[in-house]
Amino acid sequence: MKSIRKLTIADKINVEDNYFILKCFSAEALPEMFPGQFASIKVENNPNVFLRRPFSIHDYCPETNEVSFLIKIVGKGTCSLSKLSVNQQIDVILPLGNGFNLNKSGKALIIGGGCGIAPIFFLAKKLKSMNADFDILIGGRSCHDLLCYKELSGLSHLYCTTEDGSEGTKGYVTNHNCLIDNNIDYKRIYCCGPENMLKAVAKHAKERDIFCEVSLENHMACGIGVCLCCVTETIHGNECVCSQGPVFNIKDLKW
Amino acid sequence: MVNIGVNIKDLKLKNPILTASGTFGYGYEYSDFFDISQLGGIIVKATTAEPREGNPYPRIAETPMGMINAVGLQNKGINYFVSDIYNKIKNIDTNIIANVSGSTVEACVEVARRMNELDKIAAIELNISCPNVKEGGMAFGTSVREAYRITASVRNACNKTLLVKLSPNVTDIAEIAMAVESAGADAISLVNTFLAMAIDVEKRKPVLSTVTGGLSGPAIKPIALRMVWQVYKAVRIPIVGLGGIMSVTDVVEFLLAGATAVQIGTANFINPKISFQLIQELQEFMDAHGVKDVHELIGGLR
Repeated sequence: MKSIRKLTIADKINVEDNYFILKCFSAEALPEMFPGQFASIKVENNPNVFLRRPFSIHDYCPETNEVSFLIKIVGKGTCSLSKLSVNQQIDVILPLGNGFNLNKSGKALIIGGGCGIAPIFFLAKKLKSMNADFDILIGGRSCHDLLCYKELSGLSHLYCTTEDGSEGTKGYVTNHNCLIDNNIDYKRIYCCGPENMLKAVAKHAKERDIFCEVSLENHMACGIGVCLCCVTETIHGNECVCSQGPVFNIKDLKW
Repeated sequence: MVNIGVNIKDLKLKNPILTASGTFGYGYEYSDFFDISQLGGIIVKATTAEPREGNPYPRIAETPMGMINAVGLQNKGINYFVSDIYNKIKNIDTNIIANVSGSTVEACVEVARRMNELDKIAAIELNISCPNVKEGGMAFGTSVREAYRITASVRNACNKTLLVKLSPNVTDIAEIAMAVESAGADAISLVNTFLAMAIDVEKRKPVLSTVTGGLSGPAIKPIALRMVWQVYKAVRIPIVGLGGIMSVTDVVEFLLAGATAVQIGTANFINPKISFQLIQELQEFMDAHGVKDVHELIGGLR
């Protein structure tokens, strides 16, 4: 069930230059959340920011009542959030949207690009807790965009690509051997990242008839499917990324 | 105990707080956040005769204290509303008000006629003010003659309480209001969004796929308030005020300017519980100011 919460910032961790993690604590029990779902955070004290900002659930720990968001500083909203400090409170609506369809059968590949690594960590943690068989592939412009490398490598086999070749395979995620090698038999692909990357991965999955889910990101106002601003074209017509996604099966998208 | 109930013709509202069309879905989307039956009424998303896909993405631009939208009346049409949506909302224990829109008078009349047959639809709000559609919409609401013509036609097709939602994109809002009053409207909702634009300076392109869209949020509140005041002086039928209401002070301002009830719109996106909170806060305001009946506030500008 969706609810509006006041969360206390328990920790703020800077990740590379433009990213940070807000680790938040809730005094009351948090609702159950699933990988791929998101939250919308109210940006206070900035008259130029009017709407809430949506962020993937990066980590969720029901035992400690903690939830984390991995945030890239891209504009005035995220810049304001980056100035928050420990013990301050934030107004958050969560959980929103639909997560990835989790399934243990067959080997899965989780792909994250840039800030799309945010939900990937929670997803990998969840799959590991289910004893699922999976690999992780992350990509970025350079080694500075391979976020959470250490944390992810502790969860499963981790591959990476960088556009400048500063780490891992040079190129895009779709250039990596684990996607090209026909001997590796992934039954499912879960992906979050820039749209071009999602489209390339979707094309790859489609050609090989692999189950593939992608998490989309569009500008949103309400986050609950009423304003109809964040739509994406699907075979069923325009659908809200916030309420019918953000995770979509590529079969439903007009890509 | 203060009285906050108001009537709009035959429509009895337990309080003057309604939610604006297009900002509150069909109501049930908000039921996780509060008991939506506590509202004075819910004005559901606009319905047109045929299904509409709306405009291409991007449909939204954030602006200082507001937002511009270019949704373009996306909805699944009146048949789907009757066969599917109506069953999900008919048992909500408050006034469900249908918002009727269309590109021709005939299409609006048809939707109004179908809505009129539904028992639990408490009233009809005719939308002659959508700035995001190529035909109809705002074109009806910016001409005295067209506003009269469409209101009179829809009036003939339904006997439920008829509200007409006006566009603020006119030179003289009072003359449009008088036209729809003489055409048989029972109340006036005002204002819809202001035609507006945003530009991405990096790309040197409009932010919205449609170039222009409708501005809402607190940025428009003072203009909306002025228009409610102007129309209050010009017509005898009740006014339902809306435009950037975010707080109980805003609500009281609209009531004082002459609104019998108000609609909460864009604020629902920022705080999904705002409309519910405003019902409590209005009563607290009245208590604190020795106001026993909300009618003391309506048009109570000194």
